[in-house]
Amino acid sequence: MTGLATTVTSGVPFSPNPLDDLQILFQFEFMRNAYIAGTAAAVAAGVVGYFVVLRSLSFAAHTLTQIGFAGATGALAATVNPVYGLLLINGAGAAVIGWLGRRESGHDVVTGIVLTSALGLGLLFLALSPAPEAVPVLVGDVLGISAGQVLVTVVASAAILLAVGAIYRPLLFATLDQDLAEARGVPVVAMSVLLLFVLAVTTSVATPIVGVLLTFAILVGPAATAALVSPRPARAIGLSVVLSVLYMWIGLAVSYWVDFPPSVFVTGLAFAGYIAARSAHMWSHARLPLRTAAPPV
Amino acid sequence: MIAAGAAFSWNPVTDWQALTSQSFMRNALIAGTIAAVLCSVVGSFVVLRGLTFAADALTHVGFAGASGAVLFGAPPVAGLLTLTLVAGTGIGVLQERLRGRDVVIGMILVGALGLGVLLLRLSSGYANQTYALLFGDILALSTRDVVVLGCAAALAVAGTVAIFRPLLFASLDEEVAESRGVPVRVLAVAFMLILAVAASAATQVIGALLAVALIVAPAASAQRLTHRPVRAVAIAVALGLAIVWVGLAIGYWLPYPASFFVTSMAAITYGVSRALGA
Repeated sequence: MTGLATTVTSGVPFSPNPLDDLQILFQFEFMRNAYIAGTAAAVAAGVVGYFVVLRSLSFAAHTLTQIGFAGATGALAATVNPVYGLLLINGAGAAVIGWLGRRESGHDVVTGIVLTSALGLGLLFLALSPAPEAVPVLVGDVLGISAGQVLVTVVASAAILLAVGAIYRPLLFATLDQDLAEARGVPVVAMSVLLLFVLAVTTSVATPIVGVLLTFAILVGPAATAALVSPRPARAIGLSVVLSVLYMWIGLAVSYWVDFPPSVFVTGLAFAGYIAARSAHMWSHARLPLRTAAPPV
Repeated sequence: MIAAGAAFSWNPVTDWQALTSQSFMRNALIAGTIAAVLCSVVGSFVVLRGLTFAADALTHVGFAGASGAVLFGAPPVAGLLTLTLVAGTGIGVLQERLRGRDVVIGMILVGALGLGVLLLRLSSGYANQTYALLFGDILALSTRDVVVLGCAAALAVAGTVAIFRPLLFASLDEEVAESRGVPVRVLAVAFMLILAVAASAATQVIGALLAVALIVAPAASAQRLTHRPVRAVAIAVALGLAIVWVGLAIGYWLPYPASFFVTSMAAITYGVSRALGA
């Protein structure tokens, strides 16, 4: 328990005046970097996550976030910026999952084996790296975002939004009714592969901030919550982006004052938001049959 | 990571003696053997029933359980078994409603991971424990851990044998099995309890993040090599034992984590069986 006591008091004192707190929060460059990169990554994750939820790609998304461990630790071993290692390994993972799982029912077995062998490879890289530190890679690190990384994150997030915007209608069509979309000439296979690559880039920019283990939370949590709240795609995507940015901001701020990894709070918020939406959803659906079941006379 | 023991020689007898001379290595080999047999048998049904993601989620829930046990000073295996059994029951009961809703499994998984990281952050020895629970620390297993694991595994294998035929029937064709009076729902819950024990066993050997390799890879490889279910289970057990033994042995002589060699062996086995199989 000593760990908690020392880390909590070592943080910056929290004041009841929100303006003071904002000033303290943004007085350091690393915190400004974390906020800019975090916001850009959260916007991209909110948009892409919606398609992940609608297409039931949770396992693939989980895999693409966790295999980033090999990319990040490989970059550590080669002493390059982790985001490049992440882009490389996540892109390769997307290609393998997309190619091997094309026409099989055993898709999830391939995904599981890609997942574990990449994580194992990450362990090897970690053992080979000059300063092996697994924990920041796993759970994220607000201190670790350099100015160069901010630029990569913002550019990549803009590219993701442009890509999704360009194919928005056919992608949505293929997502909602694949057979009908295919009959109307939408290239559904190309859409699936393209989405996997967009997903790979999204996880690559979010992982340095939120960590390998819990990037999945910011990707799927807000989107799943939004999909429960609104059946209309555009509105749900908007809500998903708002929630994801909000979780990121709160998570970063709390982790600054309490010196816990930001991923713990981001995940907690994503989980709580989902449970709340799910309970509200179940409650409103449980009431309907009662009303209709009431005798008309 | 395995401390470098005696140097590798080309004489298998002396190598075997070196491997089994230390008690931590004997414990590791026994635990690995137990986990390999259990996971390969259970994994055969995981692959047939398409439960890879659920199995992965169970290992992550186990991580949260073990983290909680570490925080309260209890043996990790107790937390591991308790929480995986609870979550297994939950997933089994809700399975009908979870079908096609992998986002729910995903949220369980990520919630458990976040809880596990939080609990570990609250306990001392944060970095070492996180690493050990996520990536395995088979050499740290005590004799008591191995005994607990062995008893749980014996129960789980006995349970699998007891329900083997109806479970196989329900896994191959659920609708026909149900129409013939097989209690498919009871079987689903019973199987998730068995899977929870297997997930705990695999987590002790190669850690929560990697455990699903030991469950899925031997069984999926075996099903590539034969279409006959019982023979596939037997081949899966043989492959699982080979993966764990070779992985642990290489990890013993090379200064790299044993978990890496186990997952690599698993991936190679699956790749080769895909190339060989129909």
